[in-house]
Amino acid sequence: MEFDFAAEQPKFLMLLYGLIAFVAVVGGLLLLLDVVPTWFARRREAQLVAAAAGGGPVPRRRKQREGLFAFFFLLPTLLFLAIGLVVPAIRTTLLSFMDARSTDWVGLDNYGWMFAEDSIFRVLINTLIWVLLVPLVASAFGLIYAVLVDKARFESAAKSLIFLPMAISFVGAAIIWRFIYAFRGDGQEQIGLLNQIVVSLGGEPKQWLLDSPLNTFLLIVIMVWIQAGFAMVVLSAAIKAIPADIIEAARLDGTTPWQMFWRITMPSIRPALIVVVVTISIATLKVFDIVRTATNGNYDTNVIATEMYNQAFRYGENGQGSALAVFLFVLVLPLVIYQIRNLRKQREG
Amino acid sequence: MTTATPTVGAGVQPPAPLTRAARVRKRLNSRTATLVSIVLALLWTIPTFGLFVSSFRPEDQIKTTGWWTFFRDPQFTLQNYQDVLFSTGSSGQLASYFINSLAITIPSVLFPIAFASLAAYALAWINFKGRDWLYIGIFALQIVPLQMALVPLLRFFSTGVTVGGVQILPAWDLVDEQKFAQVWFAHTCFALPFAVYLLHNFISQLPGDLMEAARVDGATHPKIFRTIVLPLITPALAAIGIFQFLWVWNDLLVALIFAGGSDETAPLTVRLAELAGTRGNEWQRLTAGAFVSIVVPLLVFLSLQRYFVRGLLAGSVKG
Repeated sequence: MEFDFAAEQPKFLMLLYGLIAFVAVVGGLLLLLDVVPTWFARRREAQLVAAAAGGGPVPRRRKQREGLFAFFFLLPTLLFLAIGLVVPAIRTTLLSFMDARSTDWVGLDNYGWMFAEDSIFRVLINTLIWVLLVPLVASAFGLIYAVLVDKARFESAAKSLIFLPMAISFVGAAIIWRFIYAFRGDGQEQIGLLNQIVVSLGGEPKQWLLDSPLNTFLLIVIMVWIQAGFAMVVLSAAIKAIPADIIEAARLDGTTPWQMFWRITMPSIRPALIVVVVTISIATLKVFDIVRTATNGNYDTNVIATEMYNQAFRYGENGQGSALAVFLFVLVLPLVIYQIRNLRKQREG
Repeated sequence: MTTATPTVGAGVQPPAPLTRAARVRKRLNSRTATLVSIVLALLWTIPTFGLFVSSFRPEDQIKTTGWWTFFRDPQFTLQNYQDVLFSTGSSGQLASYFINSLAITIPSVLFPIAFASLAAYALAWINFKGRDWLYIGIFALQIVPLQMALVPLLRFFSTGVTVGGVQILPAWDLVDEQKFAQVWFAHTCFALPFAVYLLHNFISQLPGDLMEAARVDGATHPKIFRTIVLPLITPALAAIGIFQFLWVWNDLLVALIFAGGSDETAPLTVRLAELAGTRGNEWQRLTAGAFVSIVVPLLVFLSLQRYFVRGLLAGSVKG
């Protein structure tokens, strides 16, 4: 009860500075773009008037104005992207070929280390399990649920409940699931739901999160719990977009629901399904918070993103950390290229 | 329309002349589907509900019995929230972190949206050379996992930029709450590719006649942007705003690296992860703490779900 509000004042001041900076930058840019061209336009007008009066040559209209506007509209974005993403990505790639303190070149050593070291190899395997299972299970559940809930009663309420975990942080989710996986010794009353169920069915309580490889699968459940809502919403919208006459025609032909699903629903929503799977895969590859909060990467649950953080920011191994980040990039690359090609096809088609 | 005799119901469904048995089966089917979907939805909510119930139970109860015993033996307290929000020292003080989260989130949402809408407008409606390539380039930057940017960006803040031994930009040398600026900067960078992409989708679909008419009337690009485009894309701005809000508020990695762990700057997520790690057995603090951290995004989400879904669909399906 000794919360001191006055001590929080500097933060609000800083927030205020931030907001002032925002208004100054954005407002200033718009103002600049408004005032300067008007000034030029006035001058041109004056020139034209003078030219008309004096009978001199009419000044030619310049055309590069458009480009100038575009430059200023794009300036902040390009500046931030260059400083925050482009240059750092290039530097990280370079750092991955250097040693821990980024002073000497070591060639491919860091990459060799990734595959040679048993614990790191384990990390790669774990990431593979994650990226295979999460998109598959989450999309499958999302799809089944979207079909099931379509035109059911209480549809929107049920969908909201499934969708809700999307709003919860991974950290929050990991804590929520602690109350599912919690363990108390044999004989004590269980406080974790899963162990309670096991015990009431006559089984032995288990330390779920300490058991490798089971613990990785249990963490995957958390991710699926969060991502299924996303899959469901997108797929449900795709299902509703199927033209009614197609469905009606199929129904008149006497198709069974099963045939309907495989012959009509699935082909129609294929593009949406691909987008969902790819998006979830990319999110899964980068998963960090869940593992860090639930097990801190112990008990063989580490994935690339957590190991990268450990290497670069805890052990000061910048080279190895960077190599892991680059490896992550290489894994994401084909997925995104596939998605871009898909989007292009969709646009043309 | 219906009379007392059950056979008349056959006329209700003209398109598909179903037999009576088929009709009954269909109704049963849809009823099962409704039932199953409701059960699944409830199942999905149990974990969150468990946390919610737990957060109101006294400490000794939380530690010794499961939250479901609450319904057999209801004991209600607000002590957890009291502790976790306002007590000082290592046990909670979440109110302070809550303010940090706010201070981090608000500018981190405003900056990228403003910049991205400007950029998206330029990419969609201003003619200049290399426009398409620039758009593809920005879009492609979504590939770069933010992990790749962390180490160099941190160095950019801590040592500035030197090229060939010449200091071009100084180090930022920020202390305490000034570190918010680093986090704003980092979040703005990481948000831009997606924000530009999403807003470009919306802005490029605005009717071209509108722009043309305004151009003929002598309106400059900034004027068109302010008076025509901005009002028309408010739903899109809301969608991307919610996205970015949820992303920043829920983020752990960026905050961990750029804000540090002190109560001057660290947001709720960092604090919670810390509580879960070092004080893993203080269950009562975790429950209330987790709930404090998810209540704001939950409210935002529930009240603005419509926009969020629309944005999600525009971003992922329409492309």
